Amino acid sequence: MNQLYFSEEQNMLREQIRRFVEQEIVPNGEQWEEDGFVPRDVLRKMGDLGLLGIRYGEEYGGSNMNTLSSVILAEELGRSTFGGFVATVMVHTDMASPHLENFGNKTQKDKYMPDLISGKKICVVAVTEPDAGSDVQGMRTTATEDGDSYLLNGSKMFITNGVKGDVYFVAAKTDTSVKASRGITIFIVEKGMEGFSVSRALDKQGWRSSDTAELVFDNCRVPKENILGELNKGFYSIMKNFQNERTVLAAQSIGEASKALEITLQYVQDRKAFGETLWDKQTIRQRLAMLQAKVEAGRQLTYHAAWLDSMGQDCVKEVSMAKAFCCELVNETMYTCQQFHGGFGYIRESAIERMVRDARVQSIGGGATEVMLEEISKRSIVD
Amino acid sequence: MKILVAVKRVADYNVKVRAKSDNTGPDLANVKMAINPFCEIAVEEAVRMKENGIASEIIAVSVGPQSAQEQVRTALALGADRGILVQTDTDLEPLAIAKCFKAICDNEKPDMVLLGKQAIDGDNNQTGQMIAALTGWSQATFASEITIDGDAVTVIREVDAGLQTVKLKLPAVITADLRLNEPRYASLPNIMKAKKKTIDNTTPEELGVDTSPRVTLLKAAPPAERQAGVKVEDVAELIDKLKNEAKVIS
Repeated sequence: MNQLYFSEEQNMLREQIRRFVEQEIVPNGEQWEEDGFVPRDVLRKMGDLGLLGIRYGEEYGGSNMNTLSSVILAEELGRSTFGGFVATVMVHTDMASPHLENFGNKTQKDKYMPDLISGKKICVVAVTEPDAGSDVQGMRTTATEDGDSYLLNGSKMFITNGVKGDVYFVAAKTDTSVKASRGITIFIVEKGMEGFSVSRALDKQGWRSSDTAELVFDNCRVPKENILGELNKGFYSIMKNFQNERTVLAAQSIGEASKALEITLQYVQDRKAFGETLWDKQTIRQRLAMLQAKVEAGRQLTYHAAWLDSMGQDCVKEVSMAKAFCCELVNETMYTCQQFHGGFGYIRESAIERMVRDARVQSIGGGATEVMLEEISKRSIVD
Repeated sequence: MKILVAVKRVADYNVKVRAKSDNTGPDLANVKMAINPFCEIAVEEAVRMKENGIASEIIAVSVGPQSAQEQVRTALALGADRGILVQTDTDLEPLAIAKCFKAICDNEKPDMVLLGKQAIDGDNNQTGQMIAALTGWSQATFASEITIDGDAVTVIREVDAGLQTVKLKLPAVITADLRLNEPRYASLPNIMKAKKKTIDNTTPEELGVDTSPRVTLLKAAPPAERQAGVKVEDVAELIDKLKNEAKVIS
């Protein structure tokens, strides 16, 4: 299976994650949905299995694998049917910690990487604000120099892992006199630093087992050694990881859509109506057949984009395509799967009901579909 | 102590296996394959013995097609030290597999052969017993607890009447039952390390094993579909139906 893109080790990785999801996540996820967060011991267990350090150096406990392995993680976790759990993990592994990996200096990596890879500490990326999402340059949080430290002021919104996190990579404007792209810096902020607080946990439509916060920085003093990478170069750091974030969101969507189709195929082949199964009705089986074709197409596009990235090639257009296509497709798939579940699909105890709610944010977060389509368009102009 | 542990490639336990349309056997095309769950328990037990300082080397052995190398590799990721694949494209019967193991035992001289009590494909439950017979070693099947003290082994067996404790001398053949342990997951760093471990390839012919089948498969077919049940109004109707329709009581 998928010999084109994956090595024997990657296939084994997939097999182990699938088993872990079936045995450790699926039976417990509903409780986490109620609690509003994923318990820390689950993340530690994943850390023990090396699943939080797939891409990072062996000296910190990582396994030095490539983008395609992150895709395996996102896709297999997506099959859990608990989008909030997936978001908790993927933000830690593929959206927040890459900033440390890409731009942290040795002292910073030595200090934080081992705990992040083992799951002892969970990390968070705080860029989005109430008035600035995909438009990163519109952020208002500022950091002003004050002796050997900086004072952060402002607030951050929709921050995944924000309530329960330990280490926050926070973007702030350090130079407001220049173009915003040249005046943003990322700071490492730890839970408990003076002037930093979680103002509230946000109540969401889906991803309910993921803790999402609004953060407030009120003269939060951050020592200069906590500048991640270079002063005023934060915008490029954020841009650099966009491709990875978007690739894993596409992969997560494909995992979720595949699982929803499996659940629905089972349901319609058992469910009887008017003297036959729903599967005996041509419209139903053909619509599911077409969705299977689309999901498979989305999967191959995602693998291809990830492969380009793993080869160090420019893949912004392909990644944008994968993000736009797969994150819309997962919503289309969920709509149809819920429809074919009839009344059961509207009841809280069915997995498909939750999956419908969870899928919704995926065409919004990590680069809205409209932003992705502009990225594709920008690269489609014929001279 | 050196342990030989068997791993068989079978259809994943989650897969609903169907018979081929020409009734010549199960249809395994494009089916997800995995280590037989009982073999996984055997591997786990061997790894625990190594972690506890009882075992010094674990050799994972599979008899099967080239692709069974995946299952040997998984055993290496779980903690086995090296692997042996006895490669064959024919679906071997337990006796032929046991003969391959006997030949490997002659070469490797292990102190213990650990196997699953049966594989979930054929459910034969014969290979372990046959290896014990061919080697002349002591055996304990359906183990739910294994304790080792020098060259004495105490095994608690799950039998129909409950639990039975047997004492054996090494070398011995032991087959694992479901409750012996709960197998671990292979961690990613161990998966990466497994890549560097060696798997030796051999064949039944090289081992001098006659693999000719003793059993002829006439037909593979799905079990008859179960009829839907009926609800009875009262006990009298039930007894009437049992007597006159099902004719199971008189």
